[in-house]
Amino acid sequence: MDGSKGFDDALTGEQKIRNFNINFGPQHPAAHGVLRLVLELDGELVERCDPHIGLLHRGTEKLMESRTYLQNLPYFDRLDYVAPMNQEHAWCLAIEKLTGVEVPRRASLIRVLYCEIGRILNHLLNVTTQAMDVGALTPPLWGFEEREKLMVFYERACGARLHAAYFRPGGVHQDLPTELIDDIETWANEFPRVLDDIDGLLTENRIFKQRNADIGVISQQEALDWGFSGVMVRGSGMAWDLRRAQPYECYDEFDFLIPVGKNGDCYDRYLCRMEEMRQSLRIIHQAIEKLRAPEGQGEILARGKITPPKRAEMKRSMEALIHHFKLYTEGFHVPAGEVYAAVEAPKGEFGVYLVADGTNRPYRAKIRAPGFLHLQAMDHVAKGHQLADVAAIIGTMDVVFGEIDR
Amino acid sequence: MSATLKELGGYIEAKRVDCVLGWEVAHGELTVDVAINHIAGLAEFLKTDQNCAFSSLVDITAVDYPERAKRFDVVYHFLSMYQNHRIRLRVAVREEDMVPSITEPYPAANWFEREIFDMFGILFSGHPDLRRILTDYGFRGHPLRKDFPTTGYTEVRYDEVQKRVVYEPVSLVQEYRQFDFMSPWEGAEYILPGDEKGAK
Repeated sequence: MDGSKGFDDALTGEQKIRNFNINFGPQHPAAHGVLRLVLELDGELVERCDPHIGLLHRGTEKLMESRTYLQNLPYFDRLDYVAPMNQEHAWCLAIEKLTGVEVPRRASLIRVLYCEIGRILNHLLNVTTQAMDVGALTPPLWGFEEREKLMVFYERACGARLHAAYFRPGGVHQDLPTELIDDIETWANEFPRVLDDIDGLLTENRIFKQRNADIGVISQQEALDWGFSGVMVRGSGMAWDLRRAQPYECYDEFDFLIPVGKNGDCYDRYLCRMEEMRQSLRIIHQAIEKLRAPEGQGEILARGKITPPKRAEMKRSMEALIHHFKLYTEGFHVPAGEVYAAVEAPKGEFGVYLVADGTNRPYRAKIRAPGFLHLQAMDHVAKGHQLADVAAIIGTMDVVFGEIDR
Repeated sequence: MSATLKELGGYIEAKRVDCVLGWEVAHGELTVDVAINHIAGLAEFLKTDQNCAFSSLVDITAVDYPERAKRFDVVYHFLSMYQNHRIRLRVAVREEDMVPSITEPYPAANWFEREIFDMFGILFSGHPDLRRILTDYGFRGHPLRKDFPTTGYTEVRYDEVQKRVVYEPVSLVQEYRQFDFMSPWEGAEYILPGDEKGAK
């Protein structure tokens, strides 16, 4: 019975080699939230990858239909909670497009400044935690220290570290104090050093390169077919950035470069994100300069029906008081129509499709999250990769379940 | 911007007379109304035609208008990274209609169509895998329809006795409040106490 005669009689159905199914998540640290992947493995190779999403579904779009436009704004902080203000921005732009409100210049500059802070917040988290997924422990510790400083800037502007509700239709909630602008500048001068440190840890790191280079390669055609945006297309070599291609706010005044990758693999996407942080710093410096210039002074809200009156006015004017009361109870009415407003959020194109019926509530608001499309292609991208690469790919896809599940 | 969009709208209408029911440019965005049977063909055309070159699908969603005979609008957004323009296609759909899937030219449509099926109950013909996507396993109903209550029908909790999660009908301590902030002089449709005197 040494097996030399063969065991063909004993080879029952049970013993035939079959593919192995595993559940990756929903409680897996590399799943970046509550992602459940049903993976079919042939040995270590992924044959099929079926993401089950919706574990964080909160029905944001349904809730929005029964709330006023202003009450809906904080929901956007809770979508991509890594860079909250960028989401609010899309909502404000949609409302401003329908109501035809011009945002004052200072508010516009503040928005750009905070959008770029949001971009750095996001990329810091993504780059460093992706590094953790592939085995490096130090980068997240260094990255989170900087994130903490940025969140303090959030807090000093609006009072909240995460759920800002700072961008309002028609401008921003409150003006920035000059000391805050000075402190942001000091931080922006120091940050490149930290970025260089992280760079030094990762970029030429042998393990990091082995885990990321040539992993999750996405060709240009694939990126188009699967509707990718943001770093996912730029990593594949297309210089597509909404800030440049379809400028919103006052991005057309700013001087910045759009980094593109060559190979479309995880490593190139990492490089893109690192360079984007440097470019964001450039924009921050320019925005600070413009905020200090005489043209950058003035109002931060387009005073009118969709924004509250000044506090001082309310003490003297009955109309202002009534306006304030009506604005925060009934809310403002948005003329009927439909618009799609998109911003270049750190993760890609974040859009809002808003159908207004002329009342104080949106008839329908659809949130177009970039991560939704990126994760959708998971089956396509991960097929044929090793199981360990799945974590690296999810990491560079930059998925956050707040926005995917909505 | 809108001049070029108008040109594009006219071009698409001229090329595909049978598909296009109408088009307009509003708020700097081009909207084309499409007949339900032709949506897949038009999507294919938009992708391949050199002047359109709508390389990527941005979004598909639906809007519910319960009072209309064709209850739903299925809304498609496309983006051309080559020509740098966007387009919105709108298809009016009856509740029982099957919408042709566009997963063939645009693989990205897969999850969007699943989401619409999940949220609105619109069926897509030719979709490879039309399952629910965002709601719970075994969920019933289509949440984004206007006649679906915001509170839903069931709630879940962990039962210590049965040692598992149990589903129960929603019981609210206080009725779910839908605030109506509309001014009684402008928008209110309800009858305020005392209003009946004026009607006489």
